[in-house]
Amino acid sequence: MHSFVYRANVLLTFAFTILALMCVIASFSDNFNFPSPSAEIQIVKFNGFQKKPPGNDEVSLTMNITADLQSLFTWNTKQLFIFVAAEYETPQNSLNQVSLWDAIIPAKEHAKFWVQTKNKYRFVDQGSNLRGKEFNLTLHWHVMPKTGKMFADKLVLSGFRLPEEHRRG
Amino acid sequence: MDWQGQKQAELWMQILLVVFAAAALATGYIIGSFRMMMLIYAGGVVFTALVTVPNWLFFNRHPLKWLDPSEAEKHPKPRKAVVSNDKKKSSKKVTAAG
Repeated sequence: MHSFVYRANVLLTFAFTILALMCVIASFSDNFNFPSPSAEIQIVKFNGFQKKPPGNDEVSLTMNITADLQSLFTWNTKQLFIFVAAEYETPQNSLNQVSLWDAIIPAKEHAKFWVQTKNKYRFVDQGSNLRGKEFNLTLHWHVMPKTGKMFADKLVLSGFRLPEEHRRG
Repeated sequence: MDWQGQKQAELWMQILLVVFAAAALATGYIIGSFRMMMLIYAGGVVFTALVTVPNWLFFNRHPLKWLDPSEAEKHPKPRKAVVSNDKKKSSKKVTAAG
């Protein structure tokens, strides 16, 4: 501690060590948040249901998404990444997941929302298994904290069924 | 900065940083603002640096009292060193011979 530079060095080293510790504590404090997110999705209509040339079923649909994800936000949350995936079972795969829509929620104020949207990404099956298929629409979310580990969870909404026949428009 | 001052500076540096960190963490958690925590802590680090890093007068209240030069002349250094040097040299020679 005998010189100006030596003292400055000690100060900065100790200050950054404490800063790291504060970040660890901030990250740990997220464990005391018990979120209760809610979501509801309605399919407004199926816009199209076709078998595309290589033989894969493709669906186009419009849905209403209502969600309240405010409880996922803590003081240590930077943003949320959310996406809606259609999940169903086929003879080849026990679980198919097709992402239909996604969004980034940058702040708590935007975490309670309602949106009507067509599927943002194409809903294409690997094969032709979709006629009359029951499927889930699952809302997945990834919580990105300011410090600490990113974590993910989901809400499964079941009981959707695709039309029995292919059709245009 | 004298010896006492250095000890004081280090002690106060640690106390201030820990206190500011605790205050920042508590404030940030209570008002739910990570940014506020960072601002308070940054302010605390700057304040601590201003208090403990420069060589302030209050770190120089215990100057070392050196002996007066005339006092040192009255009691010359003992010349033991030369004797021990000779001993070492001779012992080395012995081991080399043995």
